[in-house]
Amino acid sequence: MSDTDVRRRQFLKTSVGAAAVAIAPGMLLFDMAHGKTEAVSSKVRWGMLIDTANCADGCNDCVQACNKENGLSGGLSPTDSQWIRKVELNDMRSGRTLALPMMCQHCAEPPCVDVCPTAASFKRADGIVLVDKHLCIGCRYCMMACPYKARSFVHEPLHDQKPDVPRGKGTVESCTMCVHRVDKGQQPACAEACPNKSILFGNLNDPDSEISRKIRTVASTQIRADLGLNTGIRYQGI
Amino acid sequence: MKVLLLSFLLAITPVWAADVFAPKLDIGKGGQCVEEPQWMRKNHMKVLMHQRDETVHQGIRDSKYSLKNCIECHASTKDNSVIGRADSFCEGCHRFEAVKIDCFECHSSKRRPALVQGESK
Repeated sequence: MSDTDVRRRQFLKTSVGAAAVAIAPGMLLFDMAHGKTEAVSSKVRWGMLIDTANCADGCNDCVQACNKENGLSGGLSPTDSQWIRKVELNDMRSGRTLALPMMCQHCAEPPCVDVCPTAASFKRADGIVLVDKHLCIGCRYCMMACPYKARSFVHEPLHDQKPDVPRGKGTVESCTMCVHRVDKGQQPACAEACPNKSILFGNLNDPDSEISRKIRTVASTQIRADLGLNTGIRYQGI
Repeated sequence: MKVLLLSFLLAITPVWAADVFAPKLDIGKGGQCVEEPQWMRKNHMKVLMHQRDETVHQGIRDSKYSLKNCIECHASTKDNSVIGRADSFCEGCHRFEAVKIDCFECHSSKRRPALVQGESK
């Protein structure tokens, strides 16, 4: 090997070393400067327990909070999106009346996910069922499949959406359990807004969480439990 | 003299070309970008696409490459928006390149009001 070759190799070695040092601090700085970089895990399963006895007749605060948080119009026409509804039940024989909020039940085995042809409808690792609107083609199979009528289709072009809640024409949407708030460690807007604290939000997988302790001690029901969907939203007192 | 004139012309040509043909953008607040501007011009779409899938499916809300972070710096100081005018930060270039932007059919193109910003960061 000639002398030139050796010197050339030496030069290449040192320059590669210098480049590596220059890149590494940049990478470290970038990792440290910014917030939540961890993926959600299935150690958590988010859920809600709704105490229907405390849910006041005629109160609409959860619905209004949802509309405000997610930028929904609040209209009730067939083409308006409704992510949460107040439902009033009436037992004709006994005359007993009951009011409760109904929304996406965030099933463990969601039928909307089964039928979606583009995998736009999906369940996050922490149990929240969502629509990836980048993939949604607006076929509305999921709306047909949902036993709870929880999903809405956006029929008209929208303007001034909330930065945290992108919504657009031609896609299906539903309750996201306020995923943008949950990821920041906050509660869903409906749970926070309920004046009687009848919506209890928490981690169903943590045996020490308030919701798990309550589910162990009081009788709670899943709506249409016969379908075996294992819903994340449970009701107490129906 | 000829040589001098030629070298002078060569020196000013790129500047002149950039001035005439490149879109003039309102860069908003501007400042230090998350990557080199030239790299971003070429690759911002890949970065946004990658970030989008991670955020939607895995809840990774790292702000570095988020669309909200782009808008935060680059929304115009006049109308708080990155679209809508010929010199808007996103729309200016996209009009020039004749590439349609779909982002803002669903996403907000506006900088969040200062009041809301504190609680949502």
